[in-house]
Amino acid sequence: MSTPDATGPNLSVNLCGIKLGNPTVLASGALGMTRALIQRVARSGAGAATIKSVTVRPRQGHNNPTVIAYEAGMLNAVGYSNPGADEAGREFADIDRLSIPVLASVVGEDAGEFAAAAERLMPCGFAGLEIPLSCPHTPGYGTLAGHGTPEATEQITRAVRAVTDRPLFVKLSPNVPGISELALAAIEGGADGICAVNTLGPGMIINVEAREPVLGFKMGGVSGPALRPVAVRCVYDVATALRRHGCEAPIIGIGGISTGRHALEMMMAGASAVGVGTAVYSRGIEVFGKITQELRQLCRRLSINSLDEARGAALQ
Amino acid sequence: MTENHVAQPPPAAVSPQTALPVMLEIAEVRRENATAKTLLISLESAEDQPGLILETFTPGQFVMVWVPRMDEKPYALSYLEEGRAGITVHRRGPFSKRLCEMRAGERIGLRGAYGRGFWDVGERAPGASAAIIGGGCGMAVLAPLAERLPEATLVQGARSADGLFFTDRFPGQVIFTDDGSAGRHGLPTEWLVEAVADGAVEAVYTCGPEPMMARVVELCRGAGLPCQASIERYMKCGIGVCGQCDCDGRRVCVEGPVFSGEELARMPSFGRRRRDKTGRQIPVE
Repeated sequence: MSTPDATGPNLSVNLCGIKLGNPTVLASGALGMTRALIQRVARSGAGAATIKSVTVRPRQGHNNPTVIAYEAGMLNAVGYSNPGADEAGREFADIDRLSIPVLASVVGEDAGEFAAAAERLMPCGFAGLEIPLSCPHTPGYGTLAGHGTPEATEQITRAVRAVTDRPLFVKLSPNVPGISELALAAIEGGADGICAVNTLGPGMIINVEAREPVLGFKMGGVSGPALRPVAVRCVYDVATALRRHGCEAPIIGIGGISTGRHALEMMMAGASAVGVGTAVYSRGIEVFGKITQELRQLCRRLSINSLDEARGAALQ
Repeated sequence: MTENHVAQPPPAAVSPQTALPVMLEIAEVRRENATAKTLLISLESAEDQPGLILETFTPGQFVMVWVPRMDEKPYALSYLEEGRAGITVHRRGPFSKRLCEMRAGERIGLRGAYGRGFWDVGERAPGASAAIIGGGCGMAVLAPLAERLPEATLVQGARSADGLFFTDRFPGQVIFTDDGSAGRHGLPTEWLVEAVADGAVEAVYTCGPEPMMARVVELCRGAGLPCQASIERYMKCGIGVCGQCDCDGRRVCVEGPVFSGEELARMPSFGRRRRDKTGRQIPVE
């Protein structure tokens, strides 16, 4: 309904009632460990932010190196280090006082743990909740625990759905033959939206002098530019399947987005908003404002007046 | 140092595109004191492996030191000379113990140097009116700075004589020990109190135990003196992405580890709280 004007186009997004001023969302894992850093991300122009995933009990995670960058992106195997749901509940208390909506992210070894962590965190004032069923590098969690099957996806989603009324997003792995099946299972379990995708792989980088894998956990999820075309295809597949089933659940497209052009590409594949993580390294913490500015200029040039016009434009 | 540059410290360091450790041979191991050693690392084979940027090194910047199959932790460069870089390691946990057991000929991984070091230490440096105040292994961070500011007064504090660093490297320094076993009996901050009263100091650089640095920052603020301090937080990525080293919204790995006194005054965790490996807040000791 918006009209192009001096400030247009309209970049606002409504994610199941969560209102974003622009479609950039801090992806879970980068920076989201503290309230103060989320505040920085808000000030640097993000439309929303996701905290680093929290488990019921504290976790040390893997030994360093946990994050490394190579010429085509990044590998990480942090191993869900986090201070546990009680401490995180104190860290993020009154999180709804920040200027942007913040999504919680919780993980567990089973559906009960997911639900318990969500129950502890949601009273903080989170606008919504993400559950990653797709970490490729932490034993007991994600794809290494079989959370990436349609059955487990539906079961875990259902358990978390039972403890929160806030918008619930399920984060899926790209490392599956049929990601759309998982998306439909999540919707069946009560999810309001899909986050696609988590990191690729796992991958490995070996130092030839040391004759050893560099990451402490030896292997880790691939993110950044190397992941982007895979993520775009996954979002395209999920959007196609949801559309076919008459489902309007929004998708947060995540994977390698570092420019406004990447963001628009992801939205044309069917995403309503875009996650940004690795690009904090390549373009600095100001990346959210930069992407938004580039997206605004690109939309203007392509005569796109609102993101509704662009969303799913590349779908059949 | 002028007020102007303290009000506007340089921006966060620009990261290189790759961040992978470069395996380098230890050329020499030097014992510094009862519990610390310096590993002098040959940079000879660094060129054909991406990941090291030392041409733009400024004192206070750090490298991530990798021991394969063990861990990776940040260490400030304590030496940077033709063809060699040095880290000075104080033995306190399993990782630093392993580093202290290393011998010449063994290899370790380095990536960096990362972070924002001390600034305006080149031509505009304050010279004789500057003070460099170090405590314990904070001296390792300050040593390259002391080399760039040879006219500055170097003040070192240690628990006792056998914990002192670089007494031969910097013969003119003022020494304090907690037990009086060398130099003056007391804390290096006592020197600063006197120097401030005498109007003898115009700029202060510091690194050491956080309570000591907090006192230095407080004294400088009281006297209106520009001050820079290098702080330490648990690090993972070292390149500003993971958020682990957060100190009140500032990423110590890229926006620090050196902060101005004015920045630190707006960081309530400074001198009080840090985060452990899980991200839980714990008191600084």
